Amino acid sequence: MNTGIPLQYFLILATVMFFTGVYGFLTRRNLITILMSVELILNSVNINFMAFNRYLFPHKMEGMFFSLFVIAVAASEAAVAIAIIINIYRRFSTINVEDAHEMKY
Amino acid sequence: MVSNQIMFILFAAMIIVFSVLTVTSRKILRAAVYLLFVLVSTSGLYFMLNYQFLAGVQLTLYAGGIVVLIIFSVLLTSHISQKFEPYGWKKTAFSALAAIAGAILSIITILDYNFEATTVAAKEMNMREIGLSLLSVDYNGYVLPFEVISILLLAAMIASIVVAKKGGPKRIDLPTSNKE
Repeated sequence: MNTGIPLQYFLILATVMFFTGVYGFLTRRNLITILMSVELILNSVNINFMAFNRYLFPHKMEGMFFSLFVIAVAASEAAVAIAIIINIYRRFSTINVEDAHEMKY
Repeated sequence: MVSNQIMFILFAAMIIVFSVLTVTSRKILRAAVYLLFVLVSTSGLYFMLNYQFLAGVQLTLYAGGIVVLIIFSVLLTSHISQKFEPYGWKKTAFSALAAIAGAILSIITILDYNFEATTVAAKEMNMREIGLSLLSVDYNGYVLPFEVISILLLAAMIASIVVAKKGGPKRIDLPTSNKE
């Protein structure tokens, strides 16, 4: 199946991806790119769940179902976030987080 | 076995390179396309781990749904040729420091810990097994989270329609646009 690839490789890959997402989350100023960084973070956590499930508990399915629910939550989060972003753009004509700082309407 | 490792290295390199490009690219549409590559390579990893169902879900939902949604909103809210200004070196340096420090700490912890692979025979995961345990109320059943996630999806759908609906107060002009 996946002989020759230690579990640690998957975990290190997911770690690098996670902290790349954190870096993007901290530096970006555009709301859509911040959303993309969050998607990267969620995706890296999914890789961890799947690798743990396959390597340590291959007779169970917890990791797979948890990833499934994470994907569903990410999808609904993206839908709501994009609705909010479009609304912000309609009100302020920008989606830069430093320009749209007023909640007043 | 060797082909397995080659595939893993290929997917891992694609994931790392394209995720770095996603967070550093200065054109927003390109960042979205790089994100698509990252998600497709992740689904390749799931195929390697023998989770065909989840790889399919990843392809259809993430690569097919969320990326298209993101690209749509990019087209609605920004100009294609618009480039971000480079960030200040202070912000970049401190964010990179935080990310690299966290990554090094986590990698040291991972390499330190002794994971013991089990010798238990792998359970076969076909669609029938997945569907049965998703709707079962037994000890290993997942009917409660399944119901909760369905209500969450319905709520998110209605909420995004209500929030993005046209109407409401007029737009506010920013102070910067007033000056011009």
